[in-house]
Amino acid sequence: MDRATASTTPAATPRSMFESSGVQALLDQLDAELVGLAPVKGRIRDIAALLLIDRLRTEQGLQSQPPSLHMCFTGNPGTGKTTVAMRMAEVLRQLGYVRKGHLVAVTRDDLVGQFIGHTAPKTKEVIKRAMGGVLFIDEAYYLYRPENERDYGQESIEILLQVMENNRDDLVVILAGYRDRMDTFFSSNPGMASRIAHHIDFPDYSEEELMRIAQLMLGKLNYRFDDGARTAFARYVGLRRDQPHFANARSVRNALDRIRLRHATRLFALDEAPGRDALCTLQAEDVLASRVFGRPAGLED
Amino acid sequence: MRITQGTFSFLPELTDAQISAQIEYCLGRGWALAVEYTDDPHPRNTFWEMFGMPMFDVRDAAAILMEVNNCRATFPQHYIRLVASDATHGTESVVLSFIVNRPASEPGFRLVRTEEAGRTVRYCIESYAVQARPEGARY
Repeated sequence: MDRATASTTPAATPRSMFESSGVQALLDQLDAELVGLAPVKGRIRDIAALLLIDRLRTEQGLQSQPPSLHMCFTGNPGTGKTTVAMRMAEVLRQLGYVRKGHLVAVTRDDLVGQFIGHTAPKTKEVIKRAMGGVLFIDEAYYLYRPENERDYGQESIEILLQVMENNRDDLVVILAGYRDRMDTFFSSNPGMASRIAHHIDFPDYSEEELMRIAQLMLGKLNYRFDDGARTAFARYVGLRRDQPHFANARSVRNALDRIRLRHATRLFALDEAPGRDALCTLQAEDVLASRVFGRPAGLED
Repeated sequence: MRITQGTFSFLPELTDAQISAQIEYCLGRGWALAVEYTDDPHPRNTFWEMFGMPMFDVRDAAAILMEVNNCRATFPQHYIRLVASDATHGTESVVLSFIVNRPASEPGFRLVRTEEAGRTVRYCIESYAVQARPEGARY
């Protein structure tokens, strides 16, 4: 039916198709809910465009081969790799690239066995579960342990490679990990590198982006900063970024959790019943009590 | 003689696309599928060999079909069937079973008559393939 309507109206431009297919709405939603991440969004847009153009080509009887969509997400901690992978499964389902659109998130433990002959069934089990959706392998570089030549990770990698090649229509594999470690992983597994078409780098967030992320997180939890708290938190973000173990959005989330703890304690000390306003407003003192202010760098909080 | 066991066995061989559609139906109802094979197709032989574990938590037919094709590659001249089990309380048993692979030639069964006391005759059937050769070399 889709095909019939499209052939009677040859004037359907890719752009109008883009809007009518619901993909535009999906991308807009991504824009609204994920702050920053321009290279990631750009790549998703490109993939969406290609899949739509492919549909047009099929209607014209042209050869259209579904592209290989295996991906690798690299980036520092807390830059949104897992979050985007979750979204990616849904996006690909809407685009009609994967059939079920579920995400199976695994790490080395789920793929690699503990004795000879244990790895292959374990890896295959996971692959079967992920078929029709997305297989997300977090910290994928752990699969390969060069220091132990009898490590079973290599076996798991070989099975993955085979499935990535033979069952390209059935599942999308997304690897994720830190930049430098993934680079070593790929240099020792060239087969893996060449089978992954999309290497997407997740940039660190700027201070302004981190503030927007904080606002989004608070909004979802029905909290808000008052003016003092907002400037205090902006200062907090600036200071925290220069400290070690900074994990972008994850650090922001942890900081907000601690601020909520202090907010709760402050309300507890009051003698009167807190109003609705007091229950959702975080004040400057909740933020400023953090150890990040006025403590030597290196201490976490 | 073509063996007719399980669902769809009076139909022409199912294509892979048709098998996929049947698998989708099973998965949609929450049934767990398993691949089983045998070279002893006697109708009373209900316990076939399991080709791997029953597949729980699978969401897509492609995974099951991959396992079927693995089994076909390993046992091209065996009977292979897909078994769907329903874990619902009160059912808890096999609810659908159909053959997805069979040997190229099926010699069929002979009727064996046994004389008993008082000129009673007892009948049973015996597969030509099974009596001719041992397990693993029958087809």
